[in-house]
Amino acid sequence: MEKIVFYVLALIIVVSAIASVTSRKMLRSVIYLLFVLIGIAGLYFMADYNFLAAIQLTVYAGGIIVLIIFSVLLVHHIEMELEIAKRSRRIIAALTCLIGLGVFLTTIYSHPFQAVPNSVTTTTADIGLKLLSYEDGGFILPFEVISVLLLAAMIGAIVIAKGGKIARDKSENIPDPKKEKIREPKADVLENEVPI
Amino acid sequence: MIPGISITEILTLTSILFFIGVYGFLTRKNLISILISIELILNASVINFVVINKYLYPDVLQGVVYSIFIIAVAAAETSLAISIIINLYRQIGSVEVKDTETMKY
Repeated sequence: MEKIVFYVLALIIVVSAIASVTSRKMLRSVIYLLFVLIGIAGLYFMADYNFLAAIQLTVYAGGIIVLIIFSVLLVHHIEMELEIAKRSRRIIAALTCLIGLGVFLTTIYSHPFQAVPNSVTTTTADIGLKLLSYEDGGFILPFEVISVLLLAAMIGAIVIAKGGKIARDKSENIPDPKKEKIREPKADVLENEVPI
Repeated sequence: MIPGISITEILTLTSILFFIGVYGFLTRKNLISILISIELILNASVINFVVINKYLYPDVLQGVVYSIFIIAVAAAETSLAISIIINLYRQIGSVEVKDTETMKY
């Protein structure tokens, strides 16, 4: 039973991943990525890591996908087809990937893994205790660093996307008719020509 | 561990996923598509952490904790990258790699 479920999940993941990197419609490619992420969450459920599967579903499928879809809708026309790379470039990339995959697989299949048969279920309480433990092998410091990182990323995203003072300095270089009219008398001519 | 599934099968799956991501990273010309490929690569590495923890060292939790950290860093990275992309679109009106020259040097 588990074998069948695993192979179905693996098929979904691989096919959706290939479709996601080859599809020419932007929005479809994002939705294929969503299928990949849900398949991976299914793998975590099969490995009995329920908390990790829940994180995968909420953070990736709920957060990141919605963020990417928003940016796609803001930036693209839905019907726009993506430019694809040249044929020679695609073939070279595929060959590189196949060579790398060959190296990986020979390494994996020649290494004797000593798998320990077990059916340990990791509860959320275990993970929480480990994350907040001060003792040897505890993760309290990285936990705090990650919280600071998330705060910094949040502030940075707001500042960059809002286009505050710093961004306005750069955007002044773009020929904007309204701004140019105001600036023209004292603006340097060279500065206006740079971005084009 | 998943009954009936050996660790090599899952590692094969994650290697394939990783190299699909690398292929997308090399061939795509659009910044958001490149971001999607990076998500594929990160996810493949996260599965590796989790599976190796589950199969080889079931008594410790290091792999799970590391994968939680990777997911957090990936979320931060994606939000920052998307804000940069939106800002870039506002400034140069395009998100193709070949048009993105203003921040290059």
